[in-house]
Amino acid sequence: MGIVKIPIGPQHPALKEPESFLISLDGERIQEVGMRLGYNHRGIEKAAEGRTYTTAIYLLERVCGICSQAHSTAFIQAIEEVAAVDIPKRAKYIRSLIGELERIHSHLLWLGVAGHEIGFDTLLMYSWRDREIVMDLLAMLSGNRVHYGMNVLGGVKRDIDKQKQEEILKAVDILEERTKYYIKVATEETTLIKRLSGVGYISKEDVYRLGTVGPTGRASGMPRDTRKDDPYAAYDEVDFNVITDNHCDVYGRTLVRVGELMETYKIIRQLIKNMPDGDIAAKFPRKVPVGEATSRYEAPRGEDVHYVKGNGTDMPERVKLRAPTLANLQSVAKMLENNNLADVPITIAAIDPCFSCTDRMIKTVNLGNGSTNMFQWETLRKQGIDWYRREKGVDFAELNKKYADLRKVD
Amino acid sequence: MAIASALFNIIVFPGFLFLCLMGLIFEYVDRIIHARLQNRQGPPFFQPLADFIKLTAKEEIIPDEADKKVFKFMPILALTAAATAFFYIPLWSVNSLYSFTGDVIVVLYLLTIPTVTFFLGGWSSTSMYAAIGAVRTLTQLFSYEVLLFLGILSPMVLADTWSLTDSAIYYNSHPALMLVNLAGFFISLIALLGKLEKVPFDIAEAETEIVGGSFTEYSGRLLALFRMAIDVEMIVGASLIAAVFLPFGLMLNPVVAFALYIVKVCFIVFLLSVFRTIFARLRIDQMVKACWKYFAPIAFAQILLVLIVKGVFL
Amino acid sequence: MIRPGKMLREVLKSLFKKPATISYPAKETFTPDRFRGRLKFETEKCIGCKICMRDCPANAIFIEKVGEKFEATVYLERCIFCAQCVDSCPKKALHATKNFELAQLDKRRLKVKI
Repeated sequence: MGIVKIPIGPQHPALKEPESFLISLDGERIQEVGMRLGYNHRGIEKAAEGRTYTTAIYLLERVCGICSQAHSTAFIQAIEEVAAVDIPKRAKYIRSLIGELERIHSHLLWLGVAGHEIGFDTLLMYSWRDREIVMDLLAMLSGNRVHYGMNVLGGVKRDIDKQKQEEILKAVDILEERTKYYIKVATEETTLIKRLSGVGYISKEDVYRLGTVGPTGRASGMPRDTRKDDPYAAYDEVDFNVITDNHCDVYGRTLVRVGELMETYKIIRQLIKNMPDGDIAAKFPRKVPVGEATSRYEAPRGEDVHYVKGNGTDMPERVKLRAPTLANLQSVAKMLENNNLADVPITIAAIDPCFSCTDRMIKTVNLGNGSTNMFQWETLRKQGIDWYRREKGVDFAELNKKYADLRKVD
Repeated sequence: MAIASALFNIIVFPGFLFLCLMGLIFEYVDRIIHARLQNRQGPPFFQPLADFIKLTAKEEIIPDEADKKVFKFMPILALTAAATAFFYIPLWSVNSLYSFTGDVIVVLYLLTIPTVTFFLGGWSSTSMYAAIGAVRTLTQLFSYEVLLFLGILSPMVLADTWSLTDSAIYYNSHPALMLVNLAGFFISLIALLGKLEKVPFDIAEAETEIVGGSFTEYSGRLLALFRMAIDVEMIVGASLIAAVFLPFGLMLNPVVAFALYIVKVCFIVFLLSVFRTIFARLRIDQMVKACWKYFAPIAFAQILLVLIVKGVFL
Repeated sequence: MIRPGKMLREVLKSLFKKPATISYPAKETFTPDRFRGRLKFETEKCIGCKICMRDCPANAIFIEKVGEKFEATVYLERCIFCAQCVDSCPKKALHATKNFELAQLDKRRLKVKI
């Protein structure tokens, strides 16, 4: 049939979020992969500059639905470092507890999605049924299944009393039984092992060269985990292992993630046993002093880096995020060499992509003459309004007048 | 009079309309078993009929560059070929509607036609997803076809006849010989999974890889006919396996035999659903390797066993 | 031991268990106590400081003086149900109820007085 170019995305049943992979095929073998990013860019970093710190927390939390506690906590840790405020110990423990519960729900979600990509729908249904236990638990603790809103400047908002701690321990016992069953299925089911082994291979040298983070890198033997290398919140008082594996392929990534689930149950039991008494929030000034800080957090997908610069008012001067998927995407093209078309969905799903976290505007390159440009906010806005008036005949001034009573004019 | 009765048999019972109704009912059975095995609730009983009616009400969109005549004709060909194969299979009596020597070969040939229509329908769509799905369908055909033929034909060899009616009569008088064909039963089930394109062999219509496979560009009434053809193929395949491997109770009272027939088809559909639930999808090269390395020797062993039993004991 | 069909026993056991599906809206679904739904406002306690308006991330709540008392209007299409206004209010005049079934067909109906 010659060389066929197939687009996987932006809209495709295999991808949960839009991203474009243009794959050149010869029969079923992959020759070349071209990637384009940016379909999910929402301008969060710019939007955070016009909001106070209190409201910016809610904005940063909504960068991603599955790792919302990760982004929220990393952001708050950076602000607390700039303001040089020490938060009480109980707040640190509660933050870590919610973070670990989020890790459980994210890894169980990944297990189901991986099952769906290889056509194993039963694994999807079973693991998502067990994930409901964690979601109900998080709803009981914080009021919502995602976007918990537990963090506040100086600590946490809601306390976890003895009765809720009992519920958490009961749920963790049930989940540990089920996770042991999934480990058995993952290591003993023939069709699963056949589909996942030898797929998406990336060696240890390439992992270090391309900067892969999280379980994707740990499956190739890279022993880096931010909870151990640079402890934050309550992780310096908890004892756990960093799970690595030597398979270097998708099967190794599966084993690393279920292994991390077992470690998480250990961590949660220690956190609840050793939770200190005390306040849950410290007093925090309304205006954050001048300064800048970087904070790192081990999100379920890898290392998440936040940078905050304060300028003495109650609004941040600059916020920058580096989500873990941005670091892992570089290695997808390397992983897909010498694989079949049937391996593309599971390889992309194995880095646990969260393209909503990823897209940040860096620089635009004009493909015609190669010149580069960085847009200002006002220029971009004006360009958008002009384009709509020219191409689609939409006049925003009229629409603004028509819906004026629905908009609050400040 | 004979013509009216023949027309009634062909169109209504046990012909085309009865077959479509059975197809819808057993699609519901398959879906509810699949759901209960996954600890879910499953659809209500009228869901397959509701899907069919909804699809016929939707707009048909045909790609500009597609070959329109071939594109529109393929679903009709698939449905008629699968339905025609039903007339030669003994269902609830030893006589099928029209039987003659060699009808098992005709049934197997008619069951190959839907697969070729999937290929032609996908190829004439000129969409790259459909082209890849069409090529995969043919590659799959080369793997399971030999297994299906060997599996279905070895009980025929034991019964010394090429007619399904005579084979049913033979096994009803020597019921113990049905146990010789156990391996063939297993191989035929695997091959039927491949023909119906169900997991682990649904490679040609892998939703997460190539969107819809051969059916990507089909919509509206044509897709409704294709789905009906797949349901009918499931009933025909299950009836064929029941007639060849489980032909007991065919000489009884017709009402009892009819109930027994429904039970046999339910059993085979249950086995197909269980297989659909506990496996992941294989890759095309893994499937070809598995079929030729592991299943073909079992099929050859079955034929060898049949020849030995025939030569030594009979 | 690596064999195909490892999940067979578990899957056959599920045939006899109750399905894990909740037939919402025919049956009730689990809503915890701390659930943050539609807001409730007590007009006697409000002092008109407007801290809730300032701290709302979505500009969804609007306090205005009507006669002697203060009245609150909420734009339900903007509210993200974070309950920051509930925490910020110094007089505890706002509460979060458990009502989340708020869908409407007409956008103008989503501007409610609470």
